[in-house]
Amino acid sequence: MMIKLLSSLLLCLFAVGAGAAGPKVVLDEADVDIYDKPSLQRGVALFTNYCMGCHSMKYSRYERVADDIGIPHELYQENLIFGDAKIGELMEIAMEPEMAASWFGAAPPDLTLVARLRGGDWLYSYLRAFYKDDSRPLGVNNSVFKDVGMPHAMVSLQGLCDHKPHFGGEGSIDPISGKEVGLPGCQSFVTEGSMTPAEFDQAMLDLTNFLVYVGEPSKLQANAIAPFVLVFLVILFVPAYLLNREYWKDIH
Amino acid sequence: MQKLIQWVDERLPVVNAFEKHMSKYYTPKNFTFWYFFGVLSMVVLVNQLVTGIWLTMSYNPTGEGAFASIEYIMRDVEYGWLLRYLHSTGASAFFAVVYLHMFRGLLYGSYKKPRELIWIFGMAIYLVLMAEAFMGYLLPWGQMSYWGAQVIVNLFGAIPVIGDDLTQWIRGDYLISGITLNRFFALHVVALPIVLLGLVVLHILALHEVGSNNPDGIDIKKNKDENGIPKDGIPFHPYYSVHDIQAIVVFLFIFCVVVFYFPEMNGYFIEKPNFEPANPLKTPDHIAPVWYFTPFYAMLRAVTVPFLGLDAKFWGVVVMGAAIAVLFVLPWLDKSPVRSMRYKGWFSRIWLGIFVVSFIVLGVCGALPADAQAYWIAPVFTVLYFAYFILMPFYTLKEKTKPVPERLT
Repeated sequence: MMIKLLSSLLLCLFAVGAGAAGPKVVLDEADVDIYDKPSLQRGVALFTNYCMGCHSMKYSRYERVADDIGIPHELYQENLIFGDAKIGELMEIAMEPEMAASWFGAAPPDLTLVARLRGGDWLYSYLRAFYKDDSRPLGVNNSVFKDVGMPHAMVSLQGLCDHKPHFGGEGSIDPISGKEVGLPGCQSFVTEGSMTPAEFDQAMLDLTNFLVYVGEPSKLQANAIAPFVLVFLVILFVPAYLLNREYWKDIH
Repeated sequence: MQKLIQWVDERLPVVNAFEKHMSKYYTPKNFTFWYFFGVLSMVVLVNQLVTGIWLTMSYNPTGEGAFASIEYIMRDVEYGWLLRYLHSTGASAFFAVVYLHMFRGLLYGSYKKPRELIWIFGMAIYLVLMAEAFMGYLLPWGQMSYWGAQVIVNLFGAIPVIGDDLTQWIRGDYLISGITLNRFFALHVVALPIVLLGLVVLHILALHEVGSNNPDGIDIKKNKDENGIPKDGIPFHPYYSVHDIQAIVVFLFIFCVVVFYFPEMNGYFIEKPNFEPANPLKTPDHIAPVWYFTPFYAMLRAVTVPFLGLDAKFWGVVVMGAAIAVLFVLPWLDKSPVRSMRYKGWFSRIWLGIFVVSFIVLGVCGALPADAQAYWIAPVFTVLYFAYFILMPFYTLKEKTKPVPERLT
C-alpha cells in the first residue's frame, strides 16, 4: 500500500518536473568560503575601491565588517572609509539614486543583499562576463546580464574582453583547425589589464566571497552556536526517553 | 504550597481544571505517531507568539522603514537573526504540522460524530492561520511580499460588480502601499492572534468534552471499570505529557537544523526575490506563493475557461474557495459506519491515497511557473481533489467495512 502510494507519487512528480527545464544562463561555480579571512579582506578592499563609488551597502555597518573579517578598527578607518564617516556608521554612499538613474539608466542597486538575491555563482560569473560591445552606450556588454547599464568597473584589472565569454563546462577541439575552442571565460583581450586571468579570477572570487559573507553575516554566529544547540537537544532526548519508558512500563 | 493552592482553589477552580484537562482526562492508550502533531502545533504556536512579540520590538511597520528594519534585526539586534529565522521557519513548520495533524484526522475519522465541532474549529484555525501567514508575509516588504500580496488581494477583484471597490477597501489605497502594510501589521500582530488563540481554546474544550478519538476509531467510554474510568483510557498527564516531550525534542532538533543551517530552505521558506525591497514598478519574473499555499494557487490557475459570462479568474477563485470550504462539511460527507481507516474498505483507502497525491502534485504545480508544466496536470488533480470529497458519501456507504473490535488493539 505504502510502496504503491510512494511510487505513484514519484511518477507524478517526474511528470511535473520534466517540463520545468527552461533556458538559463550557465554559470561558473564559485568556491565560496566565508571563513577564509584573507580572501574576505581582499574582497572588502576591492569592494571599497571599485564598487563603493556607485553601490552602497547601507544595511551593513563598517564596524561589523571589520570585526567579522579581522581588520583592526584604526586600519579600517584609515584605509577603507573615505570621507568623515565613523566606523559605527552604515556603509552609505554620497551618490544620489535619482542622479545615478539619469546617468546610467537605472540607479546602481544597494549590494548588501545582492548575494542572497542572485547567489555566489551568479556574481562570480557576472563579474567576469564583461566584453566589448560598441552598440552599447558605455561600450561594454555582459554575457550573464544582457544589456546591463553598468560600466566595466574593473577594466584596468581584467582588461577588455574582445568576445562574448561563456561559463561552465569545458572547451572542445575544433576538428578543422585543431585548435581548442569554446573555452569558458575570456580568452583574448582588446586591452590588457594589470592582472593575469588567473589573478583576476581569484580577485573576483574574493569579492564574491565578501558579498556572500555580507549578505548574511549572522551565518558565522549561527554556525558557531548550532552544534551546542543540537547536542543539547540530543542529550535532552535521553532523559525524555527514559522518563517515558519509566511511566509507560506498566501500560499494555 | 498546599495552603496556597487551597487558597487559590477556593477562589478559582484550578485543581478542578487541572484534573479535567490533564490528570483525569482519560485518553486512549494506543495513540500512534500521528497523534504527536497536535501538541507540536501548540509548540509552534507558542514559538510564533514569543518570537513575534520580540520581533515587533525592532520592526518598523512603514513602507519607508520596513525592509531596512528587517536587516536591522538581522544585523544589529542581538540574536535578532535567530528571532527572525525562528519566526519565518516557524511559519512553515506550523503548516507542516497542521497538515500532518489534519491528515491524522482523515486517517482515523476523527472528524466523525461526535467530533464534528472539533473538526470545524480546527478548520477555522486553519483558515485564520492562512490569513495570518499571508499578512505576515507582506511585512518584510520585499519584492515577493509586495507582488504576492498584489496577486492575492487582486483575487477579490474577480468578484462581479463589487470586486474593484472591495480590493480598494482591503488595500486602503489604489495599490499595495504603506497603508496596506500598516493595516496588515495590525491584523497580523493583534487581531488574528487573538482570534487564533480563542479558536484553539474552543478546539481543545470541544475535544475534552467528547474525548479523544483513537487509531481504532472506537468509543473507549463504552467500556468503563467500577470507578467509571474507561478500561482502555490512561490519564493524559503524566502518560501523554511525558510521551509528548520526546516528540517535542525530536521536532525541535529538526526545526533547529533548519533554523541554523537552512533558513531559506532553498527559496521555499524565504523566497529569493524578497531580498530586494518592494518596487511597485518592477514585477518579478515568476510570482509564486510560499510552499504551503501552492496547492490552492495551482487550483486557482487550473481554471482557464470563462463560464456563464464570468471570466476564468472568477471561477478560479470559486474553485480555490470551494477547495477549502468543502473541508468544513467533511463530517457529513463520510457515511461510513466505522471511523478508522483500519476498518474502512479499500475504496476509502485508495481515495485517501489519491487525495494525498493530488494535494502534493498540486503543491508542486503551484510552485512552478505555469508554462513549465503540462497544461492538463493541475486541472486533472484538481478534479481528483474534489472527487475525494464529492464521491465520499457513495464509496463510504457502498464499500464493505471490517468488523470493529470491542476494545483497543
